[in-house]
Amino acid sequence: MPELVLQLTRAGFLALLWLFVLVALRVVRSDLYAASGLRALVPGGGRANARTGRGRTPRQLIVTQGALAGTRISLDSRPILIGRADDSTLVLDDDYASTRHARIAQQGEEWYVEDLGSTNGTYLDRAKVTGPTRVPLGVPVRIGKTVIELRS
Amino acid sequence: MAAVDDRPGAAPATPAPLPTGRGIELVLLAFAAVLVTGALGLVEANQEQQLTQALIWVGLAYLGLFTIAHFAVRRFAPYADPLILPSVALLNGLGLVMIHRLDLAELAQATAVGDPPPTELLSRQIAWTAVGLALFVAVLWLVRDHRKLSRYAFTCGLAGIVLLALPGLLPASISEVNGAKLWIRIGPVGIQPGEFAKILLIVFFAAFLVQKRELFTTAGRKFLGMEFPRPRDLGPLLLAWGLSIGVLVIERDLGSSLLFFGIVLVLLYAATERVSWLVIGLTIFMGGALIAYQLFGHVRVRVQVWLDPFADFNGTGFQIGQALFGLGTGGVGGTGLGAGRPDLVPFAYSDFMLSSLGEELGLIGLSAILVVYLVMITRGLRSALAVRDSFGKLLATGLSFAIALQIFTVIGGASKLIPLTGLTLPFLSYGGSSLVANYALVALLLRISNAARAPLNRRPAAPLPPIAEAGTELVERPK
Repeated sequence: MPELVLQLTRAGFLALLWLFVLVALRVVRSDLYAASGLRALVPGGGRANARTGRGRTPRQLIVTQGALAGTRISLDSRPILIGRADDSTLVLDDDYASTRHARIAQQGEEWYVEDLGSTNGTYLDRAKVTGPTRVPLGVPVRIGKTVIELRS
Repeated sequence: MAAVDDRPGAAPATPAPLPTGRGIELVLLAFAAVLVTGALGLVEANQEQQLTQALIWVGLAYLGLFTIAHFAVRRFAPYADPLILPSVALLNGLGLVMIHRLDLAELAQATAVGDPPPTELLSRQIAWTAVGLALFVAVLWLVRDHRKLSRYAFTCGLAGIVLLALPGLLPASISEVNGAKLWIRIGPVGIQPGEFAKILLIVFFAAFLVQKRELFTTAGRKFLGMEFPRPRDLGPLLLAWGLSIGVLVIERDLGSSLLFFGIVLVLLYAATERVSWLVIGLTIFMGGALIAYQLFGHVRVRVQVWLDPFADFNGTGFQIGQALFGLGTGGVGGTGLGAGRPDLVPFAYSDFMLSSLGEELGLIGLSAILVVYLVMITRGLRSALAVRDSFGKLLATGLSFAIALQIFTVIGGASKLIPLTGLTLPFLSYGGSSLVANYALVALLLRISNAARAPLNRRPAAPLPPIAEAGTELVERPK
């Protein structure tokens, strides 16, 4: 077979190989917009949130002191109930906690702690919580002998 | 993934069926068949074999084989990812063409010297491909829901460890080939059980991590800006470390040992999002590597060859040296399929497939092949991101990462980026066990991607469970 034909087929084969790759990449690209659970495409604040929020929005709740020390709970949009009742999100086994002691819930971007009429009270840092109070990151919330805080 | 229901395709207002991607899969498979047939034609032309109509039949047979696989996917996993199977088909086909090309070279060599013709590797590899595709279909058929696999986690783990350890315990006459004890040879057929153990152990470890995740995420001490796990939670990682050192010592297989430990480490990281696991893992890996370097001659030889292959070019450095010359000869455009001398490298058909392809396809062709691998791996990882259950996420991550790490160590080894470890390039290299096991792996990946891409059930969503029972992950009190 003549040399020229060989050289041409050689180049042609490489071109075809890359054409395969390009077609595959095109499928990847078109697929970005199809249903596949990709979050970045959801319109609205999801993206901006993720960008500014790293290190600012609380992602988890950590128990730092008390019998449950070391426990962590990932936060989603649902509120967290804290108390001795079995149906609480964080069930405390603590004589100084009430059955339904406190609630930590999200409003907008912020998380608020609210005392549910407990006997011994809920403390944000040193201050007693009377109404819904915003919980900044890393500030201890004391409930009986248990201390929890929000972390990103 | 709270936003799942907001996706455009899942909105109840658009009842149109979601694109399954099966059509594009078939088109790409046909494209792959054209490429492979073309490659075969080039090899035959350059090796001055006769170009006959048989070529077209070979191409059609290849297409037929993968069409069967395609219809199995259509039947059992209709929403599976459309790119994974064609990528695999292309890689496997190019591997077969290259093995055929090396067969021709060996044959020419033998006739020139007057030796009896060497064993033909192509027909065996084609047989293994058929076995692999059969296993692929069987896995798709048997595993209808990947979540069921997590029920057999401990069985898988035990089977995996037995398979991994078996060649080490068997007598060397059965298990030893070229100094590495990782085979089980019965008659003419040899398999490397380690390849299958890899998949079983990934299944086990993913399920184990989902069950015991809290152990690995309990808040520990903060140090250097990272949260470190408590010392007592290090057990599983140390166990994995011990096991991979055991594989290294008893089976003298650097590659499997590295692969196994790397997978465990990445799964731990994926499950916990903690950099400290990587730091700890890499530290004890370094420790293990130093000890291995001090104690074992074969590791030391590998490292010395890596540092300077030309110090002992005609001895230990010959293989890598020749491979580097091969890659250099190929240059940017390559010599053309069938026009180079890749057979000068020992084991060109298995460990050094990279240099064979690099010599004949050049940088341009080799990078295309790497992009095909990359597409395959990103699609696997993407399924991991999109699937909704944690076990599926970890399993898909582990399986994709296993392929990625294997490719990295092989290509790094053959191109002298890292010391040579002796794994095979998935789907390209000659090797039955690797091929068959990787087909099972791809079937599992397709199964998970099917779960990730399938539309959500149209049943009205159940009302949110009362706060008490649900949603937030409650982590138990550490014991």
